[in-house]
Amino acid sequence: MDLTLKIWRQENARAKGKFVTYQVTDISPDSSFLEMLDVLNQQIIDKLEKPVCFDHDCREGICGACGLYINGRPHGPDSAVTTCQLHMRKFKDGDTIVIEPWRAKPFPIIKDLVADRIAFDKIIHAGGYISVNTGGVPDANAIPIPRNLAEISMDAAACIGCGACVAACKNASAMLFVAAKVSQFAVLPQGKVEASERVKAMVAKMDELGFGSCTNTGACEAECPKEISLSHIARLNREFYTAKIC
Amino acid sequence: MATLNSKIPDGPLAEKWTNYKAIQKLVNPANKRKLDIIVVGTGLAGASAAASLGELGFNVKAFCYQDSPRRAHSIAAQGGINAAKNYQNDGDSVYRLFYDTIKGGDYRSREANVYRLAEVSNNIIDQCVAQGVPFAREYGGLLDNRSFGGAQVSRTFYARGQTGQQLLLGAYGALSRQIHKGTVKIFTRNEMLDVVLVDGKARGIITRNLISGEIERHAAHAVVIASGGYGNAFFLSTNAMGSNGSAAWQIYKKGSFFANPAFVQIHPTCIPVHGSFQSKLTLMSESLRNDGRIWVPKKQEDAEAIRAGKLKPTDIPEEARDYYLERRYPAFGNLVPRDVASRAAKERCDAGFGVGTGLAVYLDFTDAIQRLGKEVVEARYGNLFQMYEKIVDENPYETPMMIYPAIHYTMGGTWVDYELMTSVPGLYSIGESNFSDHGANRLGASALMQGLADGYFVLPYTIQNYLADEIRTPKISTDLPEFTEAVKNVQDRLYRLMNIKGKQSVDSFHKKFGLLLWDLVGMSRNKEGLQKALKNFKLLKEEFWKDIRIPGEPEEMNPELEKASRVADFIEIGELMARDALNREESCGGHFREEFQTEEGEALRNDKDFMYVAAWEYKGPDKDPVLHKELLKYENIEVKQRNYK
Repeated sequence: MDLTLKIWRQENARAKGKFVTYQVTDISPDSSFLEMLDVLNQQIIDKLEKPVCFDHDCREGICGACGLYINGRPHGPDSAVTTCQLHMRKFKDGDTIVIEPWRAKPFPIIKDLVADRIAFDKIIHAGGYISVNTGGVPDANAIPIPRNLAEISMDAAACIGCGACVAACKNASAMLFVAAKVSQFAVLPQGKVEASERVKAMVAKMDELGFGSCTNTGACEAECPKEISLSHIARLNREFYTAKIC
Repeated sequence: MATLNSKIPDGPLAEKWTNYKAIQKLVNPANKRKLDIIVVGTGLAGASAAASLGELGFNVKAFCYQDSPRRAHSIAAQGGINAAKNYQNDGDSVYRLFYDTIKGGDYRSREANVYRLAEVSNNIIDQCVAQGVPFAREYGGLLDNRSFGGAQVSRTFYARGQTGQQLLLGAYGALSRQIHKGTVKIFTRNEMLDVVLVDGKARGIITRNLISGEIERHAAHAVVIASGGYGNAFFLSTNAMGSNGSAAWQIYKKGSFFANPAFVQIHPTCIPVHGSFQSKLTLMSESLRNDGRIWVPKKQEDAEAIRAGKLKPTDIPEEARDYYLERRYPAFGNLVPRDVASRAAKERCDAGFGVGTGLAVYLDFTDAIQRLGKEVVEARYGNLFQMYEKIVDENPYETPMMIYPAIHYTMGGTWVDYELMTSVPGLYSIGESNFSDHGANRLGASALMQGLADGYFVLPYTIQNYLADEIRTPKISTDLPEFTEAVKNVQDRLYRLMNIKGKQSVDSFHKKFGLLLWDLVGMSRNKEGLQKALKNFKLLKEEFWKDIRIPGEPEEMNPELEKASRVADFIEIGELMARDALNREESCGGHFREEFQTEEGEALRNDKDFMYVAAWEYKGPDKDPVLHKELLKYENIEVKQRNYK
């Protein structure tokens, strides 16, 4: 496949960025999107220029490091995949592909396609856990948990923290990310003990960091590589209101 | 000169750990606050250790090269975590888990360490459930288990095909809680480039800030390395792109012995290589072998027709299929340990029965779908099937998966004693980065167990035995001349790399080296090949330092420089792997020497001459490393030829 790439290049956080056009040829349709970028970077290095920086690590769709805004969609045209699991067979020979970093105020650009998502960590630091120390916990089977609740919890826990939900949202809201964590614990007996402190702390931190409001457009759910459901946002809202009233 | 003292406590095996904890030195809460600990790496071992040490009251600094501790490669572990809970009433016990792990490791690991691992395995499951890890459950609400290779009981706990992710997020949650409390300070996008010793003790590290390129100094009373394995030396592996062996290699150069480097694990069920542009290999969980059946055609002409695209796997009738694992190993069948399954696949492909490109075998779910129904198979493996389809563009519900072995894990690593301390005082190594528990072959679902055992339940105890004697040591200053010298060495090395200005990119060089490593020090090895490897790696090292090209500057985000520094270390690690493999004139676990096999082609150990841990001591850039032997004694287990038939 021969492709034209329009890629956001930005020297560092303070510099002004711009789109630069590149041509790549002879790309295998079986290669992944990031492998296509590897080929481009090899070309750039051969010309003694600086390769395009982008975040990536596991390249099997689970670490959540990669995240590119491809032709106007987080993680590109395929559904339920991360950028590293997007394959070139989803494009056509001769296509022009526009590649940008996540665009959201709480995710400032560090360089080229690399955005700083430390805000997500800060939300978790505020309370995205069950407060137990190592040791001194009951036997694992001491608390039976109905299978359907364990499944709902796991559905929510599948979030990889990539930030596609924020990138997809016109308000750069982090509600789906926060909802996934709140939901995972809210349905489990272990998580109920500090449920109200958790939800209040996480929502307050989310607001403080400048993430926008949720208007239920569902763009986040549509672009989530792990198909985290919007219903978790409903649960987050319920948890939040309950916590505020009680 | 350092000597090997494994510090195994006295007493009967089952009482060693209890006895150790009863008499070890502890640090009181007021003194804990005065002591600083550095933890490098935030995977299962690093995150759980940092969190637990923070909870105890120590001042912890945790480092990772990723943008968040949650992205460490433990996250990619799919299948599960072992524990001796015996919830299934199928005869499991601490002793049996210990026994299976020693046997699975082909009698090349330490009894006392492995027994302790089996002992604390149950605490891990309790801990994770308390943290809200959503393990799979039965309809009655209790925890579900599945079986894994090398065991005849079901002791593997799992969270769909994302067990590693869920356990890591549990540990990351515990770590985040300590960060919030201020006991742990986190440094992301920060890579350790050297360890600093003061008066022979580990007192800090030098790191590079991967955003600004700045070189930073960090001091502490003890340093813990939890940086994972060196499997990426091969370029193509199931490791994450950034996984590297550099922290372990830097401490080797500062006096920590490196043990059993030749013991690397080749995982039998990975998606086969399909092109030269490929950047990594994807693992398909071993749990698939619970229900999938592995086969190749019985007739060579059928295999040829499949490779030529003239026949489809579904065209091959049942009687023309060779379920070679079930044929060779009727007792364990498709659930033989990983090394055995990998070699059997290679044997069939080398003999001309491979499918796909010729380097692939089938993993077939037709029987399982007929027996259990598509829904059950989907519930068990749905996300794995989906992942396979996204990558390969074939539907595994309709046509068998194709798989082939790939580098996955390194059993070898930094030598540590019973306390997980390396041969340098105050320097610890935990998780995959040490050599400790898996011998010559790791069983499935045991990596997660070991990482969390080390981090939650072992290190937080043993490190106090050392720190108790450090309570009078004031804060370590980063202005000490040892720090200044280490910074200079790191900077010199980076500038030297930048100034080569050669012609080859880091990736193209790494691919070339990795292929050679795979051919000569991979799934099967021989004397001639290993000697050739040693000679070639030396030449490649010279070529690397003359011809590598790194664009950009060192004082900026520069992934090419990061990779170059890691690859420079990988070449040297590869050299030590070859040296160790050459020295070990036997076949055991993941180390297969063609000269040493039974008539049936099984690995042939030589217990008389090689029942030892090979610990290598660095002697300088142009000198051969020195081999130290830690003899292994088996007092509680009968040493046998492994038999899975």
